Order: sequence, then C-alpha cells, then structure tokens
Amino acid sequence: MDARVKPLVSVNDFVVKFANVNGSGSASANGLFARAILRMGVPVAARNIFPSNIQGLPTWYEVRIVEAGWRGRRGGVDLMVAMNPQTWDKDVAEIEPGGYLFYDSTKALPPSKFREDVTLLGVPLTAICNAQYSDARQRQLFKNIIYLGALSALLDIDPAEIERLLGEQYRGKEALLESNRKALAMGRDYALANFACPIGVSVARRDAVGNRIFIDGNSAAALGAVYGGATVAAWYPITPSSSLAESFAKWCRKFRTDPSSGERRYAIVQAEDELASIGMVIGAAWNGARAFTATSGPGISLMQEFLGLAYFAEIPAVLFDVQRGSPSTGMPTRTQQADLISCAYASHGDTKHVLLLPEDPRECFEFGALAFDLADRLQTPVFVMLDLDIGMQDWLTEPLEWDDSRAMDRGKVMTAAELDAGRDFGRYLDVDGDGIAYRTYPGSHPSRGSYFTRGTTKDRYARYTEEGPAYVDNMQRLLRKFETAKTLLPKPVITPAGETTSAGVIWFGSTGAAMAEALAELEHQGVHLDRMRLRGFPFDDSVADFIAAHEHVFVVEQNRDAQLKMLLVNECAVDPAKLTSVLHYDGTPITERFITREIGEKARLYNVTPLTGARIQGAGARKAGGRAA
Amino acid sequence: MTYLTKPKLHHPALPKNALGYTRRDYEGAISTLCAGCGHDSISAAIIQAFYELDIAPHRVAKLSGIGCSSKTPTYFLGNSHGFNSVHGRMPSVLTGAALANRDLIYLGVSGDGDSASIGLGQFAHVLRRGVNMVYVVENNGVYGLTKGQFSATADKGSKSKRGAVNSDEPIDLVLLALALGATFVARGFSGDKTQLVPLIKAAVAHRGAAFIDVVSPCVAFNNHPGSTKSYDYVREHNDAVNRLDFMPTREPIAADYPEGSVRDVVLHDGGTVRLRKLDADYDPSDKVAAMAYLESRRAKGEVVTGLLYVDPASDDMHAAMKTVHVPLNALGDGDLVPGNAALGEVNASLR
Repeated sequence: MDARVKPLVSVNDFVVKFANVNGSGSASANGLFARAILRMGVPVAARNIFPSNIQGLPTWYEVRIVEAGWRGRRGGVDLMVAMNPQTWDKDVAEIEPGGYLFYDSTKALPPSKFREDVTLLGVPLTAICNAQYSDARQRQLFKNIIYLGALSALLDIDPAEIERLLGEQYRGKEALLESNRKALAMGRDYALANFACPIGVSVARRDAVGNRIFIDGNSAAALGAVYGGATVAAWYPITPSSSLAESFAKWCRKFRTDPSSGERRYAIVQAEDELASIGMVIGAAWNGARAFTATSGPGISLMQEFLGLAYFAEIPAVLFDVQRGSPSTGMPTRTQQADLISCAYASHGDTKHVLLLPEDPRECFEFGALAFDLADRLQTPVFVMLDLDIGMQDWLTEPLEWDDSRAMDRGKVMTAAELDAGRDFGRYLDVDGDGIAYRTYPGSHPSRGSYFTRGTTKDRYARYTEEGPAYVDNMQRLLRKFETAKTLLPKPVITPAGETTSAGVIWFGSTGAAMAEALAELEHQGVHLDRMRLRGFPFDDSVADFIAAHEHVFVVEQNRDAQLKMLLVNECAVDPAKLTSVLHYDGTPITERFITREIGEKARLYNVTPLTGARIQGAGARKAGGRAA
Repeated sequence: MTYLTKPKLHHPALPKNALGYTRRDYEGAISTLCAGCGHDSISAAIIQAFYELDIAPHRVAKLSGIGCSSKTPTYFLGNSHGFNSVHGRMPSVLTGAALANRDLIYLGVSGDGDSASIGLGQFAHVLRRGVNMVYVVENNGVYGLTKGQFSATADKGSKSKRGAVNSDEPIDLVLLALALGATFVARGFSGDKTQLVPLIKAAVAHRGAAFIDVVSPCVAFNNHPGSTKSYDYVREHNDAVNRLDFMPTREPIAADYPEGSVRDVVLHDGGTVRLRKLDADYDPSDKVAAMAYLESRRAKGEVVTGLLYVDPASDDMHAAMKTVHVPLNALGDGDLVPGNAALGEVNASLR
C-alpha cells in the first residue's frame, strides 16, 4: 500500500458495501451483518441496491455503521466487500482513499486490478469452500457465511450476536444451524490467523439503538392498513410496491384470521391490472368497506380515469404509491419522488387530491392507518406517498404505537334510523359548510337514501343535470372540501435554526434521512436554516407563511422537474424567485454530502452565511457525536 | 328525462308480492332511450323478475359502465343504490362491492361496446373469479350514444345503417363466458320476455358468476335489413334450446310435463329452474357440448337462446377466499384492529 495514504481509522462510523451477484444467497448473510451490529447497540443505515432482475445481475448492499444514528446515505465507501467479478473495477474505484478491499483471493489477480491507496484483505473463500463442501449449492451459500465470519473478526463484531441471530433464524433446524455456525467459524479463524484484527475501522458495543426497531416502510404501511381497518385490498404486482400488498396478506394471516374456523376478516385480490385494482377499491369503498391498493408510478398512470371518478363521485379510496425511477418504465428498482404532480392532480379536468408524505417506516404505519380515516371523512382518494428507499429498505425507526382508545372515523354516513327520523338526504348536499355531504351505504333502507352514483354532473340530490349553475355549485363545494382537508392533515414540522436566519429549507419524505445530517453539517459550517418538513397536501396555511417569512427558501426533493416547488408556487401563490431547488434524481437515495454541498454553495452565493464569524470548513468536516433527530 | 319522476299514486288494487311490494316498487325513472329500444324491454324483464322473486329492491345493487345499456339501471329498481361507473370497468367496481358486502344481490348491466371492446379484459376476469352476480349484456352490435359505429359483437358482413360493411370477426360473449368459467351462461332476446324473465330469475338464484347475453336490437342504428341484430333477423333465426320456468322453493313443483322434454335444475336457494326442452339433445350441464352446439348453429346463421350452461354445484369468490360470513363492511374496530399490545409484540420481533 502507498505509504503516503494512511488507512482509515474509525470506530462505529464507516460505510461497508457488499458487491454481490443477484440470486446468490448473499442477502441473508448481509442482513445478518447489519442486524448483528444493531444487536451490539450501534445504529446502522442499510440499503439494498438491486437490479430489475431475478438472477445473475449485480446487486449491492450498503451498510453505514453510524453511532450518531443518521439514517441517510453518507456517500462513499470505506470497506468494499467485492464478491462480484462483473463489477470489480467500478467497485474498487469507489473505495475512499485509505479504505479497505475485502475479496476472494483464491484466483490471483494482476496488480493492475488493485489500488495502491487501499488496504487489501484477501481471503481464499472459494478455496476454503471447495475444500469443505462438495455440493455446488452449499459452496455458494456457505461462501456468504464464511465472509461474514471473516468480517466479524476484521471489524470486531461480536460473533455471539451473529450466532444468536442464526439461532433465531434456524430455530428447530439444528443441522442447518450447526453448519452455518461452522462456516462462520471457518471465516473467522482464517481472518484471525492471517490479519491483525480488528483493522482500522471497527465496531464497538454501545447503547445507541435503544428500543428502536428495524423495519421497511412497505411492511409498516401494510400494518398501518390493518390498524386502519382496511378489509379489502386489490393490487397488481409492481416493483417497488408488491411487498406492501404481500405484507398486508402476512399481517392479515396473523391478525385477521379466525384460528378455529380459518375464516378471514379481509379480502385480497390480485387483480388483472391497475385499472381493475382501483376499480375494486372504489366499488368496495362505495359499499362501505375500507379498501386500498398499492402501486407505483406506472400504476398511477393507468388509474387516472378511475381517480377522476372517485374525486367527482366522492368515493373514499386509499392508494399507497411506492415511487420509483421514472418516467415510463424508468428505473424500476431505483428511488425517486417523481409522482407528486401525477398524484396531486390525477385525472382529466379540474381535480385535486389529498397526499400524505411519510418520512420513514414509522410514519408509513401512522399515515397508513390515518389515510383510511381521512378517506372516509373526506370521501375522496388519499395517496400515501412512499418511495423505494422508504418502502423496500429496512430503517431503524422508533417503535410503532397505537392508542387503544382510538376508533375508526367513518365520516358522514347517514343511517337507516336517521333516514327514518326524516333527515333530508342529498348525496351532494353540504349541510354544515365543510364541503362534505352525507352518504348512505347501499342496502341500508328500504325506501329512503338510495341514489345513483355517477361520473356525470349531478345536482345536490345526485340527479343528473348538465345545468351550469348546478355544475359550478358542485365544483365550488369540492374546493371547500379541499379546504377542509387542510385542517385534517398532519401539520408540517417546523424547526427553527440555531441562530436567527433569513433562509429556510423545505423537504418531505425520505429526503429527511439525509437532510437531518446535512443540516447539522451545514450548521457546523455556519449555514443556518429554518426547517419545514411537509407531511401532507393540500398544504397547511403555515407553509405560505413560512416562505413569506424568509428571503430564500431551499426546496430539496428527488426528481428532475422540482415537482414540490411547482406545487408550492401553484398552491401557495408564492414568488418562484424565492424558492431555490436542490434536486437529486439519479435513482440513488439523496445523500448528506450532496445536500451539504448543494445548499452550502448556494447559501454562500445568496449570502445566507454571515461573512463574519462564519466557520466555513471543508465539506468533509464532520460533526462528532449526537444522535439524529 | 331522468329527473322527471313518475306519479307516486298507486292503484289500490295493484297486486302485491310476498313482501307486500307492488310491481311499481321495482320500477325506476322514465327511460330516456329511443322508443322501441330493446333495452327498455330488458328493464321491464328485470323489474318483473325481481318482483316475482320477492326480493326487497334495496337489497339489490345495480352497477353499469358507460353507454345506452349502462344508462338503463336508472330505469328500474329505483330504491336500489346504483353505480354508473367508467366505460368497460363495471366488473371491477362490482367485484369490489361484492367483496365489501356479500349479503346484497349484484346486478351488472353492460353493453357490447362496454363488455366486448373496451371492457373485454374486465369481463373475462370477473367471470373467472366467480363473483356472485348477474351480469347482463344488452347486446345490439352497435354504439348508440356515439351514433352507430360497429361494436365488437357485430357480425362479419353485417351492414351499418349508413351502408358500411363490418369486416371484422365478431366476439361471441356467450362462447367466451363458457371458456372463462362462468357457471351460469344464457342468451335471451329482448323481444322474448317469456324466456327472459325466468332466465333472470334463475341467474339471481344461482351462486357464482351468472352471465346473460341479451340480443337487443337498436331501433335507431341497427334494426335494418343488413343487420343480424335486428328484430326481424333474430325472430327468424332464433333457435331456442329450451323454455324455462323458474319456481321458488316454496312453490310445489307440478309434474305435468311429458317425460323426456322436462328437466328440473335445483339452484342454490332451493329454487328450481324447469327446462322445457325444445331440442331433445340439448344438455345444459355439458359445457363442451354447449360450445360445440353454439358454434354449429352460428355457422348456419342461427342465434341460440335459452339456458346454455349451468353448474348447479358452483361456488363463489367469497367461498374461495374463505371470507367471514359477516359482510366485511359490517366489521368494527374490535374485529379489525389488533391493538397496542399486539403492536408491542411486533416491535419486539423487529429488534
């Protein structure tokens, strides 16, 4: 190794990236790696970076060991576990100077394949496997466990934690457990015998995880749908949303199936396409069940006509949109926040829809349940906007909680008793000014309260009409309803900067993971920003106030066209010149380094940073310690 | 004009059914379709069938797509909830509704454009899913509301009113329904109420996906000599394989038909459909034979009507899904929400 470059030294603050081949069984070993570190009380931020493919293509797993608890990507790699010859050159190039390269040294590689400025950690994995196992499948699977064992020694990960996890995984399958243990020990023994363990980067036991849980957003959102009382799910498989519907099935088997009779208090239909999915959701919700679909951008495109019907005929519907790289088929296994406009204004004509913007799996659970109350209360589609980064990655998140005194809000539903008592029923009659009319469930009364649901124009009593005044009256009421929605949505989270400032920053969703860390770093650099995290659309009135109160507002989002900025300009009537976009849209999750650099440069340009007293340091300066919000 | 209401005064001597409803209670708004439209005859048959079945009107949900046929639910069962959805997508909306409340009766009304063109996909999947419903296609081979374009069921070689000749092969929805797994498949003719009313009644009593294709001439655009869906053509070429009587379970079944020409099929609610056979060889329980028969008659330019196939032992989507017997829309917090303690266990499993 080049003597001028010192090997990186860090305890509990470094990035490990596994470069694997899709379908090689590496996911299980890599997951064990991340969870063993969590069990040592050290937070991790882990992400699968995978292709739209079943077997044979490159896949990566990036684990950021971060005692400070940041949940975003940092950018850069300190230790590369290079197990895929296809991507070797690119993987090796990605290592930070002074970093480490772990690889299979069975077959000698020419020196040109290596770098001078990284520490080489070659382990003859294939040779060890071939000596130990005769079966090709075993050789492949146990190779993963052997490298896990070697890494545990190199990074000082407590092998007892890995063994405990293996024990939980293979409970009742003693033979499998034993062979995994053995493979783990082989890798460990080799590393201990051949390297000075631990290397410069290592893990040390802490108590920084607390009672947080490790869960993906799709699974959490599906659990939210269970707690939100959803009984009907209709969906069509599409990455990255499929696991949401499948998780719903899993949770329902656990919580909604009668143990003795096997009867199910739910119905799940894998529909023939997204049009049918949303049609079933609308039919079920019209008939008084709580119903949802899970989809991604292409599905949203297909659902447009039905969404206009649900808006205009005022039928509750919940949609989980797990956004992916777009447009068109785009990057199915990459992340973006690029469906904001197509959801907010879905369908032809004058339409506006309610969006919920969760920032992590915990909010996926909360908003996943809340969406059903909102849809029933507002009698309109409600979109829960996840993205691949939240939906498909395991995040360290606060434990899920439920208030047992909470009851479903079914909204304005006129009962048979109320109809019998002579209450005037007009399906589109606003009796109290909130823009929301009463509905009746089909079959509830023999002679009163029936009406015809249609996508055509109708009067307050649901009678077909093409009269202009009746049409305008209805469209104005829908606007009033949208105003009511503002009062019911989760409020933006406003956090003032540490010092008085004329600049602010607005973001939503998964951007928050990198944003928290970037803001700490920027503050360290003397760039102070008041913060507003949006959680819903239509925007609360405080959003316009926040923008008005600042000279410059950065809007950070993960799409090319600044869709959030468009919505802000359009809905809040703000001067576009006040808003400066920070856009990240290459399909990878936005990083702390990207935000810090972009905002840092622009802030200096705008003189956001006071020239006197500012402690401008290099972008690599890090704020030590402290736990992420 | 759909917003005109019919006079509410009833003649005191109007006959009532077992629930005390008169036929008027099953009617809807005044039709806005053209005078003589076959669809209005189908509406009348639906009214008659539900009246005779003693089904409370509000226990029926009627759903449709877009088109002349899809407008008709306004003209019958005025005390039922109706849903005029989007073009070709009634089946998915009906499926969702049926999932939410298994206790209502679902009547889907569609047309040949709605089901055979834009909605062919949903038509297929709702049948193969076994949704418990009656699916009626009011089939006139033409787009009425947009003024006379051919639909996908128009016969090859048939002429439009303007003289254009259809060069595409027709889709036979009955054959498709058989292939797709519908468990009750029939064809009627809007001009033959004697046959149609018992068909509808038997379809309602059937558990599972019941499909009725009703040839319904369009007086405005498709009732001319070049059309194979005109009144005259169908009357001349109708090959009725059976005549039906539908008897609810409580009525004694009279056995006054000659041996060999009568066949009783017991349906799910205990009601019986009695087939008075016109064609001695026709067996409605043999799907393969039914398909062959339909094709052989079609080759001769004949329109086969009657109950073409029924599986009396069929079951529906809810049975396949093992859904609880209480309608899903009637379940409350206690049935659905696992609570905070359960969440604590979930949390513990994720550390």
